[in-house]
Amino acid sequence: MHIPDGYLGPATSGVMYAVMLPIWTIASRVVKRTLKAKQVPLLAIGAAFSFVIMMFNVPIPGGTTGHAVGAVLVAILLGPWAACIAVTVALVVQALLFGDGGITAIGANCFNMAFVEVFVGYYLYKLISGSSQISSGRRVIAAGIAGYVALNIAALSAAIMFGIQPILHKTASGQSLYCPYGLNVAIPAMLGEHMLIFGWVEAIVTALVIKYLQKQDPSLLKAGEEVLA
Amino acid sequence: MKTTTKLWIGIGVLILLSPLGLILPEYFKAGDAWGEWGADTFKELIGYIPQGLERISSFWKAPIPDYAFGGWQEKGLGSLSLAYIASAVIGILITACVVLVIGKLLSKRE
Repeated sequence: MHIPDGYLGPATSGVMYAVMLPIWTIASRVVKRTLKAKQVPLLAIGAAFSFVIMMFNVPIPGGTTGHAVGAVLVAILLGPWAACIAVTVALVVQALLFGDGGITAIGANCFNMAFVEVFVGYYLYKLISGSSQISSGRRVIAAGIAGYVALNIAALSAAIMFGIQPILHKTASGQSLYCPYGLNVAIPAMLGEHMLIFGWVEAIVTALVIKYLQKQDPSLLKAGEEVLA
Repeated sequence: MKTTTKLWIGIGVLILLSPLGLILPEYFKAGDAWGEWGADTFKELIGYIPQGLERISSFWKAPIPDYAFGGWQEKGLGSLSLAYIASAVIGILITACVVLVIGKLLSKRE
């Protein structure tokens, strides 16, 4: 889901940076108000987790690869705004150092994975877990469903960015200037593979870690519950 | 043991296992992620390389492209796996340090 340089035209890249600027600003304000000093190490672990889980490319035999993002887990533990910052840092390091995702596409990639996925996942988890006990199995299921759905919505968002390029940018001879695949190709491809395989990876990873923390250290989940969105 | 220590150990285990993300796609003959092909691949896919894409795609030269060291692309999966682990360590150290600094600057002391 890391859109490389060149796939999005300047209009889309620019708009996505412009959209992310206020989001990053709000995130730092909210985090300043709500994040406790003792939660900072967990935030670093969350960013590290997101970074490394994205390196686990899962193959569709004979086809393509994809991966989980881990953003929903970070959002459940530290709230969506802190998660937005953690995943943003992971994505920026991946782009600058490893060329995974474009520099011009950092705004777009952060919008999909550090904003859309984080917020969809966080609120879906809240909605499904409701007022259930911290140790409740319902929370494990909520985490799994939130991971699955949120990754897919993020993939859909990326697919729409890919898919509008042929509409926005064409040469006089009708060739595409940037991503050549329209919505009719990008959406089924991106959503299909994420619904089929990668969404399940996100679901299982998120649910398993929540289940582990319920046993290991429920106070972490309780702290996550108390974070204001 | 503190939970954060245990979680860091978990991250360490994931780092050591990360070459699976390289080896499994190779084994199952899975290609690039959708929408992450190199510019040259478009010649095969659609018969031409979109002009804007070709121009912008070479805009940035990453120091460790695709989590592999320069010139290592031709080496075997063993070397690539080592480079993958090294990349994970480097990337995670930088990511964690940046987040720690941001967190220190923003968080409130109690």
